[in-house]
Amino acid sequence: MSWEWSVIWEYLPRLWQGALLTLELVFFSGLIGIILAVPLALMRASHNWVLRALPFAYIFFFRGTPLLVQIFLIYYGAAQFDVIKDSALWPVLKEPYWCAIIAFSLNTAAYSAELIRGAIQAIPKGEIEVSQALGMSKATMIRRIILPRSFGIVFPAYSNELLLMLKGSALASTITLLDLTGMARTIIARTYTPLEMFFAAGMMYLIIAGVMIGCFRLLERRINRYQYYKLDPSQR
Amino acid sequence: MELQGFGHLLLSGTWMTVQLAVSSLLIGLVIGLIGASAKLSDSRILRGIATGYTTIIRGIPELLLVLTLYFGGSQLIMLVAAWFGHDDYIEVGPFAAGVAALSIAFGAYATEVFRMAMLEIPKGQWESAAAMGMGKIQTFFRIILPQLWRLSIPGLGNLFQVLLKDTALVSVVGLNELMRQAAVGAANTKQPFDFYMAAALLYLGLTLIATVITMMLERWSKPELRGSRA
Amino acid sequence: MIRKLFAAGIALATLAAAPVTLAADKIRIATEGAYAPFNMVDSDGNLIGFDVDIANALCEQMEVECEIVAQDWDGIIPGLRARKYDAIIASMSITEERLRVVDFSEKYYSNVLAFVAGKDKNLDVSKKGLNGLVVGAQRATIAGQMLEDKYSDVVTVKLYDTQDNAYLDLASGRLDALLSDKFPAYDWLRTDDGQGFEFKGEDLDINDEIGIAVRKGDDLKDDFSAAIKAIVANGKYEEINKKYFPFSIY
Repeated sequence: MSWEWSVIWEYLPRLWQGALLTLELVFFSGLIGIILAVPLALMRASHNWVLRALPFAYIFFFRGTPLLVQIFLIYYGAAQFDVIKDSALWPVLKEPYWCAIIAFSLNTAAYSAELIRGAIQAIPKGEIEVSQALGMSKATMIRRIILPRSFGIVFPAYSNELLLMLKGSALASTITLLDLTGMARTIIARTYTPLEMFFAAGMMYLIIAGVMIGCFRLLERRINRYQYYKLDPSQR
Repeated sequence: MELQGFGHLLLSGTWMTVQLAVSSLLIGLVIGLIGASAKLSDSRILRGIATGYTTIIRGIPELLLVLTLYFGGSQLIMLVAAWFGHDDYIEVGPFAAGVAALSIAFGAYATEVFRMAMLEIPKGQWESAAAMGMGKIQTFFRIILPQLWRLSIPGLGNLFQVLLKDTALVSVVGLNELMRQAAVGAANTKQPFDFYMAAALLYLGLTLIATVITMMLERWSKPELRGSRA
Repeated sequence: MIRKLFAAGIALATLAAAPVTLAADKIRIATEGAYAPFNMVDSDGNLIGFDVDIANALCEQMEVECEIVAQDWDGIIPGLRARKYDAIIASMSITEERLRVVDFSEKYYSNVLAFVAGKDKNLDVSKKGLNGLVVGAQRATIAGQMLEDKYSDVVTVKLYDTQDNAYLDLASGRLDALLSDKFPAYDWLRTDDGQGFEFKGEDLDINDEIGIAVRKGDDLKDDFSAAIKAIVANGKYEEINKKYFPFSIY
């Protein structure tokens, strides 16, 4: 029972293919997730309790249950109903790829919505009052003040959420997708070298996570640049 | 929802899930305490090891960890055992692999929670304990640890919620916990939606119970709040 | 000289003791109890199944008393080595890894693979016939490996964590066919869910032999091998086989 480096090198191109699918899943789910999360968060922060209740139930469900259950509900659960199997939705739901995207998006939307809501509520009251005093309409205020401000506040936490998404995306392998984890498992079925393959896959996840963290740092400096702004000493 | 006599399977699965979560919690807490102490220690080597551990675990999917320890666990243990001159054939089961993976993952995040809590305890307390003639270990168990709980409970409560949900991953290697039993029911009745929905509701119940227990512990750990209506 | 005497003494002692121990000591046999229809537990808690019937027939043939015990799969080989029991009859494949730590008797059955698909499908399981189809198998099984190795150039391979999930996708229509161990699949085909499906084409022989594990160097290995040959020859094996499968699994 020895360690085989050669098997890692041999299958590196296929692992890379898997990594590309992982990146694709994270990117699209993150994008759809944030698009869903913004209205959810705005509703959650609303003063109307009916508007508040709906996203609450949604967020409660998706944050309180395992992602694996959500994926299986969508992938295997949908196939239980002939109504769905006969509908125009089936060509989409038939594909594990779309089921994964749907599950990941809905899941990350729930977590992001809570983060954004927290950020909206963290905007200093004075800024809201000032914009009201300036005669801004509610829509203008949301667009010009609330969203940009909360985005700046939420960014560090949101980048953390994206990293959790990266880890969660490994579950795509449970519905037959060949993402990085799925590819590693499929290769192992042939080579019987679990430690080597999982090690290689783990390293690739770490590299992806590292690159993501680097990008977030740069973006963070750009988005919240007022926090990094230093007075030019010559102008003192 | 029609469970067609498979309801008892879901209940036995839920019990297994609870056992898995609690075992991993206990071991994970120990790992977290050791990790935090290492991160705050004076030894550069210990700090390096602890930082490496938390960085790696936070970048690697929990599912990959479960799979590695299940499929590679035997190989790993046998490699170590061979080093000590044993040649036993050891198979690692799904429960052991699950507890190992979940507690390692929990421990990494708990390390951070404990570290933050330890930093919040004023250095003066260590110094006064030393002045009273207490040793480092005695100070840790008598003075620091009791306060650590209080400061860590909210953070640990969140981590436990994550842990509870992560137990579902162990179904992938065949442990008969809630998720796996739901899959068995789904396959036998051809009603996957009903069974996974039932499982989802049971998980919701578990996370809810965990939240309530966390809140109770939080109150109990803060004597100033006891008896008040928070 | 002293040494020689001593050795002779041991030889005499073992000779004298041998028949006694064989008669007094019963053979303890471990099985898992969670692999229907080969070994499982009935509602009264008794171990039943093909493996158990074979174990009893072999003991009868060897004219020894046997006790069958249940043991979790994880600890089944360590338990044998720790002398908790003397043999394992639990549908265990003879593999290189296991042969390093235990000995195996001759095979007592062979695992084969088969394709399963809908009865309404006219499926030709040659490479040509499967071309362009979606075929599933359980991951980390010989069927999954076979599919990846031999068919991945013509079919879309889908690997599942559990056999049950593969059955679900076969039923939902996401899979055109499934490659599986034949005997568990045979059990599934007899359930209500399996009614719409059947085996297609010939079995695939994968040289997967199931044997009885004993401690390294234990003579029981040869006793079991001889007994297996004997019950195959005298028809006892066929009788048990028929109880579970209408085709021979030897």
